[in-house]
Amino acid sequence: MIKYILPVAIALFSVNVMAETPEEKGFRIAKAAEASNDGFGDNTADMTMTLKNRAGQSSVRKIHSKVLEVKGDGDKSLSLFDTPADVKGTSMLTFSHGLKTDDQWLYLPALKRVKRISSRNKSGPFMGSEFAFEDLGSQEIEKYKYKYLREEACGKGWKCHVIERTPAYKYSGYTRMMSWIDTNAYRLVKVDFYDRKNAKMKTLVSTGFKQYLGKYWRPNLMSMQNHLTGKSTTLQWSNYKFRTGLSHRDFNKNALAR
Amino acid sequence: MKNKILTSSCLVLGLLLSLTAQAGEFSGNIGLEGRYFLDDAAYTGQTAGGLALSLEPEYKHKWDNDNNVFTVKTFSRWDQKDDKRNHHDIRQLDLVMATGDWEFQAGISRVFWGVTESQHLVDIINQTDGAEGTDGEDKLGQPLFRVSHIQENGTVSFYLLPYFRERTFGGKAGRFRAALPVDTNNVSYESTKKEKHIDYAVRLTHTFDALDVGLSYFDGTARSPLFKPDLRSGVLKQHYPLIKQVGLDLQYTGEEWLWKLETINREAKKENYTAAVGGFEYSFPAITESGSDLGLLAEYHHDSRGEVLQAQFQNDLFLAARMSLNDAEGTEFLAGTFFDLDHQTKIFRMEASRRIGKGLKLNIEAQTFMDVDKKDALSNVKKDGFIQIELQKYF
Repeated sequence: MIKYILPVAIALFSVNVMAETPEEKGFRIAKAAEASNDGFGDNTADMTMTLKNRAGQSSVRKIHSKVLEVKGDGDKSLSLFDTPADVKGTSMLTFSHGLKTDDQWLYLPALKRVKRISSRNKSGPFMGSEFAFEDLGSQEIEKYKYKYLREEACGKGWKCHVIERTPAYKYSGYTRMMSWIDTNAYRLVKVDFYDRKNAKMKTLVSTGFKQYLGKYWRPNLMSMQNHLTGKSTTLQWSNYKFRTGLSHRDFNKNALAR
Repeated sequence: MKNKILTSSCLVLGLLLSLTAQAGEFSGNIGLEGRYFLDDAAYTGQTAGGLALSLEPEYKHKWDNDNNVFTVKTFSRWDQKDDKRNHHDIRQLDLVMATGDWEFQAGISRVFWGVTESQHLVDIINQTDGAEGTDGEDKLGQPLFRVSHIQENGTVSFYLLPYFRERTFGGKAGRFRAALPVDTNNVSYESTKKEKHIDYAVRLTHTFDALDVGLSYFDGTARSPLFKPDLRSGVLKQHYPLIKQVGLDLQYTGEEWLWKLETINREAKKENYTAAVGGFEYSFPAITESGSDLGLLAEYHHDSRGEVLQAQFQNDLFLAARMSLNDAEGTEFLAGTFFDLDHQTKIFRMEASRRIGKGLKLNIEAQTFMDVDKKDALSNVKKDGFIQIELQKYF
């Protein structure tokens, strides 16, 4: 009996794989990539953002970030600005959700005012950088539609899944993004962003991946190049700490103002 | 006994300092401000524009995952023309400690309540630093104790305010005043305890999805004085009554629309009144390739007292446009007009700011009064339209 079942099962399975559409395969990989990040709990990190214009002049923003994983919803995050000096002490609290708009509060230290803000301007630049708010937000799986394109080499001897992502949320500045995700550990190595006119607008390259808690990969350098303006922004990450004991209590309007 | 207290307070201070010495951060700014008035002064003694200097250093130490924060922040202003505008204030000297679902605060600080942009009705904890600015957003440090219970989607806070701060005013040489300058030396209070009357306040906040609600209650000495002209000595006398005030603030945050409302009901011996301000802010989608933001604001003001000196916005409409370029320099503009719907009085206000170079910021502010009606309290200051340019160095 077993003699027959096994070949049948194999045949069925391969038929199944054959029948998987590029959309289904893209979604399956995105889901596996998301699952590989499950259970990180919380993390804190320091981020140094360096903006460069075409003339090579640069300016720096330093931000301390705290993230709390929320089961069954988007993550909660708190960003505390340190430089430029005139925005020191400003902080932002975000409760991200899948397709529903994120909840966002801004704390302005000069007035000690906590302001609920609209998170609609997703395509707007984050502090004048080449990163838009939507590039830095929590990347929930339901925010995009996926299409698997091919597998190809992507440097360092790595192999990557090339997947096209189309934003499923309103007000995105992009028609689509091409993502290179390594087949081994689902690290997002490269993204090409296509603007509303479908022209290649920006490229994000992430390098210096390090593994934390034996499971979670994070890059230490993310470089965003704008092909249309010649401007670029780099994000240097440091002091990554995981499971620091943060809880929901550290992500509310009071904590924002501390 | 005295020795014991001294020793223990020194110990506490020493402990605080040793904690703060570890990882405290020093920051602040120094500003040079130039003001130009569009019209000649209305009253004798008033001067034309001039220069002023400000210094606002801050020392902050956070520890235990930012659950504990100690802050010291002072403010000093030196004005070339108006010596009453020369003033120093402890804006903040406090300790905030969060533990579990509770947050405790003790010291001197600033508290902001409310949601609207053109007037802050609900906001009541701090006294206005009237000598400092014209928009009422500069506040004096308030001694306070606060206990907050933090819930999943809201907070309940209790405030004890053991000491009252009198409002500051510019002097005889300053602008933005009535024909008679305000007497800041002989102030009267309804409470026999005067500035030592203990005020208290309670505030509840809750977020219901896209709706943020705040409900507050204040019992104590009013922050806004009543004025009585004393023609013999040629001054305006201040009187601070005791009040009970209930406040409600609401904000609905949609994708393009923000809807806002603030309303208060104030009870005092002499008068009870209600006031409200409400309206919307509409944001346009990114209007240029670079991702600039444009927002339109409209807010309507009502005050049941009608056209009196204390109620500047009794039936007024505020319309404004706000623009953020979202560039590396953080360039922002705001231009708006208050329209008094009972007559023709208008106030036009403009604010712009931009970073220029490392740690430098340029702020431009302008305000003019147009078609001011004789009945309007603003007729006192109608000659005080100005343009102000400030350069701030942050460190």
